[in-house]
Amino acid sequence: MAAGIPIEISGLTKQFGAVTAVDDLSFTVEPGRVTGFLGPNGAGKTTTLRVLLGLVRATAGTATFDGKTYHDLERPLETVGAALEADFHPGRTARNHLKVAATAAGLPAGRVAAVLDQVGMTEHADRRVGGYSLGMRQRLALAYTLLGDPGVFVLDEPINGLDPEGIKWIRGFLQALAREGRTVLVSSHLLSEVSQTVDEVVIISKGRLMKSGTLASLELDAAPRTVADSPDRPALAAALDAAGFAYTEGRSGFIVDNPDPGAVGHAAFVGGAELSALHRLKSGLEESFLTLVNGGEHE
Amino acid sequence: MNAVHALGSEFQKVFTTRMWWLIAILLVAYVAFLAGGFGAFLGWTIENPDAAANTGNNTQLPPGMRLAPLLYSFASSIGYVFPVLLGALAVTSEFRHKTLTPTFLAEPHRSTVLGAKFVSQLIAGAGLGVIAFATSVATGAAALAAFGLDTELDVSDTWALIGRGVLAMALWGTIGVGLGTLVTNQVAAIVILIAFTQFVEPILRLAASLNEVTAQVGQFLPGAASDALVGASFYSIAAVGSSESLDWWQGGLVLLAIGVIATIIGGATTWRRDVT
Repeated sequence: MAAGIPIEISGLTKQFGAVTAVDDLSFTVEPGRVTGFLGPNGAGKTTTLRVLLGLVRATAGTATFDGKTYHDLERPLETVGAALEADFHPGRTARNHLKVAATAAGLPAGRVAAVLDQVGMTEHADRRVGGYSLGMRQRLALAYTLLGDPGVFVLDEPINGLDPEGIKWIRGFLQALAREGRTVLVSSHLLSEVSQTVDEVVIISKGRLMKSGTLASLELDAAPRTVADSPDRPALAAALDAAGFAYTEGRSGFIVDNPDPGAVGHAAFVGGAELSALHRLKSGLEESFLTLVNGGEHE
Repeated sequence: MNAVHALGSEFQKVFTTRMWWLIAILLVAYVAFLAGGFGAFLGWTIENPDAAANTGNNTQLPPGMRLAPLLYSFASSIGYVFPVLLGALAVTSEFRHKTLTPTFLAEPHRSTVLGAKFVSQLIAGAGLGVIAFATSVATGAAALAAFGLDTELDVSDTWALIGRGVLAMALWGTIGVGLGTLVTNQVAAIVILIAFTQFVEPILRLAASLNEVTAQVGQFLPGAASDALVGASFYSIAAVGSSESLDWWQGGLVLLAIGVIATIIGGATTWRRDVT
């Protein structure tokens, strides 16, 4: 097994014509942990990963593995295992896809059977990929990453399309890789999909870094707020306005930018609005994630 | 070492989908039909000159025309489309099925991959050439023998022609790689290939042969260069070919140049683009 090495993204910018997909992005991914690379669809996650893997040329900045670009790695598949969009030739079997890659990278032919076994695909290995489900393609893509037994894993939306059993399996799988000291970078557009798996998060929106840190630090970031509802919403709105609270109207009532339900209840009482609900908004990871991500969108 | 690995990988790509044998089957059927059918037809006209004249067709062979090389050369004179197709698909299918991603992850040096495609299709084209000439010789010689005509299989010139024909087919494979890198859209590449080889070039060769100056240019058309390399073609009796013809080695160099230049231009443009 190759040792885990850090991934370093520094001042990375990528423009496709007039569109800036990645905008001066910098972050580091350390070995021994699972890092979630998060952001909504179109945030620039896949572009960042493709630049990192030498498939897309950066407009500015660098993306390296311990200082080396992917292009300069001497034995790329034995250093980095990458799974991007699960694209395969539909007329080729899983085993042959892996053989083609193993040959190109000069890996022993025995690795093919080993990795097929590792991802539980041996019994389907000689079927053409055209008939595969998305989950099976994901497993094949994972098998591809394992071919060279690398120290770094870069996986783009690996959980997408997996069934609950598959999700449970991949969680354990990624954590095991990190425990062995490897670097694991996993992208997702859903925090909830990876929140049980990742130790660190890198959150981007509109190509820019919103947050980089531990998962726990994300939880602390979320400012608590209060939910209040009334059978007479205009009256409650007037009461909140009178008290000078900022709020947004949601399906289950008003979300007030104040952590204290008591203060909001008092404002309603003063304004003569009947309350049907009043509670503190549970500040979850998802909440904090969405705030970060939306913050990027409003700019 | 990496180049050797890349070459091995390219061969595995060719032989792990069904495309190569589909193309081989079509090639065999097409060549067998024309070499065998045309051979039988010509044999019949020689045996029954009066009946043939009554059909109203001018099927008289030019005096001194040797029948066997003509029939055998069907393998390349009409079969050359198939190695081009296989070569073009080797490139365009990577774009179409987005397999460039795993390909460039396993070998990030793109010129190494393209070089491996070029060499693998040179060899695959030679393989198709062997299949095509085996077919044209088997069916053509059978037709000639059935009418008691000379198969010329004991003549070394015949075998030299076959050897040059296999070389031509190999070079056509590399032209396919060039075409695929220039026109990465698979459907567009196939349409261009069929249109050029079946309509545009035959018309150009005919038009070029009408004038001495254009005839000089026309001999550099890829099909004309290929026929010059092989040394025989049904074009010479179908009277659409120019009377001007390159030497066999010049024809070979023209084909090689087309394959190399197209691949280099494609390699410097589409092949270097972002893979998204």
